[in-house]
Amino acid sequence: MLKPFKIPLMLLLAVSLSGCQYDVLHPSGWVAGQERNLLIISVLLMLIVILPVLFMAVYFPWKYRADRPETDDYDPTFTHSNKLEVLIWGVPVLIVIALGAFTWVYTHKLDPYRPLDLAHAGEPIEVEAVSLDWKWLFIYPEYGVASVNELAMPVNRPVNFRLTSSTVMNTLSIPALSGMVYSMPAMQTKIHMIADEVGTFAGRSAHYSGPGFSQMTFDAKSMTDADFDAWIAKAKTVDTPLTRASYLELEKPSIGNDVAFYSTVEDGLFDRIRNLCVGEGKVCMDQMMMVDMHGGGGLAGIKDKAAFEYDGQRAIDGFGNLMDAPGAGLIDGNDDTDANDKPDVDKNTRSAPAMEHN
Amino acid sequence: MSTEVVETTRETVSPIFGRLSLDWIPYHEPILIGTFLAIALGGLALLAVMTRYRLWVPFYKNWVITVDHKKIGIMYMVLGFIMMVRGFADALMMRAQQALAAGGAEGYLPPHHFDQVFTAHGVIMIFFVAMAFVTGIMNFVMPTQIGARDVAFPFLNNFSFWMTVAGALLVNVSLFIGEFARVGWLAFPPLSGASFSTGPGMDYYLWSLQIAGIGTTLSGINLIATIFKMRAPGMKMFDMPVFTWTALCTNILIVAAFPVLTATLTLLTLDRYLGTHFFTNDLGGNAMMYVNLIWIWGHPEVYILILPLFGVYSEIVATFSGKPLFGYKTMVWATCCIMVLSFLVWLHHFFTMGSGASVNTFFGITTMIISVPTGAKIFNWLFTMYKGRVRFEVPMLWTIGFIVTFTIGGMTGVMLAIPPVDFQLHNTLFLIAHFHNVIIGGVVFGVYAAVTYWWPKAFGFKLDDKWSKRTFWFWLTGFYLAFMPLYALGLMGATRRMAQYMDTGWQIYFIAAACGAVLILFGILSTFIGFAVSIKNRKALACGSDPWNARTLEWATQSPIQPYNFPQVIHVHGRDEFWHMKQTGFKWSTDYTPIHMPKSTATGALIALFALGFGFAMVWYIWWLAILSLFACIAIGIAHTFNYNRDYYIPVDEVAKTESKGATA
Repeated sequence: MLKPFKIPLMLLLAVSLSGCQYDVLHPSGWVAGQERNLLIISVLLMLIVILPVLFMAVYFPWKYRADRPETDDYDPTFTHSNKLEVLIWGVPVLIVIALGAFTWVYTHKLDPYRPLDLAHAGEPIEVEAVSLDWKWLFIYPEYGVASVNELAMPVNRPVNFRLTSSTVMNTLSIPALSGMVYSMPAMQTKIHMIADEVGTFAGRSAHYSGPGFSQMTFDAKSMTDADFDAWIAKAKTVDTPLTRASYLELEKPSIGNDVAFYSTVEDGLFDRIRNLCVGEGKVCMDQMMMVDMHGGGGLAGIKDKAAFEYDGQRAIDGFGNLMDAPGAGLIDGNDDTDANDKPDVDKNTRSAPAMEHN
Repeated sequence: MSTEVVETTRETVSPIFGRLSLDWIPYHEPILIGTFLAIALGGLALLAVMTRYRLWVPFYKNWVITVDHKKIGIMYMVLGFIMMVRGFADALMMRAQQALAAGGAEGYLPPHHFDQVFTAHGVIMIFFVAMAFVTGIMNFVMPTQIGARDVAFPFLNNFSFWMTVAGALLVNVSLFIGEFARVGWLAFPPLSGASFSTGPGMDYYLWSLQIAGIGTTLSGINLIATIFKMRAPGMKMFDMPVFTWTALCTNILIVAAFPVLTATLTLLTLDRYLGTHFFTNDLGGNAMMYVNLIWIWGHPEVYILILPLFGVYSEIVATFSGKPLFGYKTMVWATCCIMVLSFLVWLHHFFTMGSGASVNTFFGITTMIISVPTGAKIFNWLFTMYKGRVRFEVPMLWTIGFIVTFTIGGMTGVMLAIPPVDFQLHNTLFLIAHFHNVIIGGVVFGVYAAVTYWWPKAFGFKLDDKWSKRTFWFWLTGFYLAFMPLYALGLMGATRRMAQYMDTGWQIYFIAAACGAVLILFGILSTFIGFAVSIKNRKALACGSDPWNARTLEWATQSPIQPYNFPQVIHVHGRDEFWHMKQTGFKWSTDYTPIHMPKSTATGALIALFALGFGFAMVWYIWWLAILSLFACIAIGIAHTFNYNRDYYIPVDEVAKTESKGATA
């Protein structure tokens, strides 16, 4: 019965054991290690019921084949058995209870939002990661530098990520170090990870995000503290500042970018990216939400619509080329004389605090 | 290295052709031109043959306008197989691309094309292959299992089918006019929104699913009504065959879940067409809402696909083990449990989107709980074989292949249900391997089992054994070779939907997977050769009305089934009614009465035709055509309500004639 696919299976096994590229099974970070342990625990627990099923699935039809020599054991009345019912519901229920307990403990322990509190870990560092079309921007707020498509981290020190995205969803995925979490525009997510050894690990976006998705990879380099300091120092020497203006240039769609560095980073840039208000004259999302909570801009606020618009100016064609922005300058064409790139929203709201004008 | 940013201008919309212009005809793409020529030549040949043998009138009268649930069921299966060829061609293209594009090589498909291919593959395989098959089997088998003459609303059934066809056609039109979406099969915004999917591809996606979705929803309502209202006298709910039970649960799921899909896609359509902001980044839109909504439909959808096949396996395993199904009531309750639970797990598709640990744990555990009733079903099939007389006919081979394969797929599914493990495996090829493991191992194997099992009932002769077995072995080995390497790749961190990848260590696995796909290709070819050979040898393969010594009522009819199914009303006394009829030596009485039948109508096909026109017009912004088509749909629908010529009687002597013919056959 199993014969025809025995050979491919064996071949497969041979090939699979030969390489040592199983990042998920041989991770280099504590989080991924715990995830691997849980994976193995779950498989072992399930095999308690899976193996007998696989055995019965092959053995029963063979044993009770119609042309067997002795058919005395044929019993068409055997259609119900309370004992078996207890067994076939009970055993899986027990396994699910065990698995559920592991799930509860591990899901809380490995919650990506939970900062790592490991005994052996050093001081954590902060990284703000932004998925752009189609490259990664990593901002190091404590050091005031940023990098594109290369992530450096000191070994044995937790890295606390805040994630967001410029236009569409992506995930930050470094399988050797930890599982993935989505980066989403206008939203912030978090993930914490740590590298247990020095090395270069594959990182990428694992959620399809458009034409340049396949090239949205980066190297995650874990290094000694000294090497990390040198890396920061190197970044500081390039003399290209990351300002709101240079971010808007960087943000434009491009595919297969080389590694690049920024020597300084404008304060609060990540929060502006997350709030869709890097561009001049844009109202930040958190402001908008507060205005909305207080009743919104009302009809009188319609003329300020352009200050809230974001997606339209970033429209792309099927090949990833930026399209000309519709309604650019729409706000100026209005007959309202004081309507310009500084929206006057607060007069339309009941008690919103002053808008964050730029 | 980075590509230049080029600003392109937005297209203009002409009052007559909308945004459709010659630029949208992909005459510069050799792959598409080749495909188009092949389809055009094939189509012309078909037209010529049909004209030569004067088949147009019979085709129209017997198939297009038919309201007979059996013919509609068969047409669904034909649609499923045709679309499977299309969807599988996409799969082969992806496997070839990924086998080539390693370590900086670009392969032969640029991302612009590759991304359409994987989107089309997913959409077609789920909506137009799996759904068509499942609906087809339910249509053909279920009414006969409950001793009914037809479904509750025969016209609606015809209409549902043609709406599904219209959706399928619209997807295929996108191949040669314009483009298809490049968003993945669930089209998450903002990527699928107006700004980041600017072409007509995404609109093809929306309108084809909306049009087909109408058909699916109506068909769900129809089949529920049939099961509740059309059962033969005496058949209590717990006398229904398990397949009918699974059909009932499936259609309840359809009716509960598909409106969510319709609403979600409508909101996205409003975003794209009218500039609303449900799912945009700016102006208060929230893409997470879409992700939640689409999965509230999406998770029940996978049970919509698998439950009917669980029913198929139940019928087959009982028939070929020569025993009543073990644990009938367990089976029914397990099905009902799965039906309810399938609505409580949707979040497990996005553990990685930042839900808290407690939320993730809740959905992880509800997911694991589903494996308990599913496992109970597997045990019941095993214990049905236990102490039975198992005949290794082809449907039984598929069933055993299913149990082994599906068990493995179930295990990897529970692995993915554990949030921390899913953080690693989400969106990797491990996930791809898992769902193909359960969809091929569960749905496709089940469809093949059902086709071989009920083929004699539909056509009066068995399928050729040799080719059916070849089909089985190619599919089984092909499946393992194609998808086991993907499990391995997933554990290496390989992501889905990559047009290219740098790690050359992965390439050998992709090549192995491509070889597996070729084996599956042989399986599909064997299927069609098998059909052709069987039709050619139909005299030799002819069999009576009950070739498998089966247990349920559909086998009490003639093969092929007469339009009226049963010459007399059957009075049911319990489960496995046909088995008892055989035990007690049941004979149809010759005391016939005229049989009341629904009349064929062209309305369904006509409305669907205009719905297709409407969809096409909306995709291309041809507003005048959209308005006209929509008006035509509504007008024809209203006109049909004035059609009082909806039924007829089959006279007694005609029933007597066909029945006496059946008795001698």
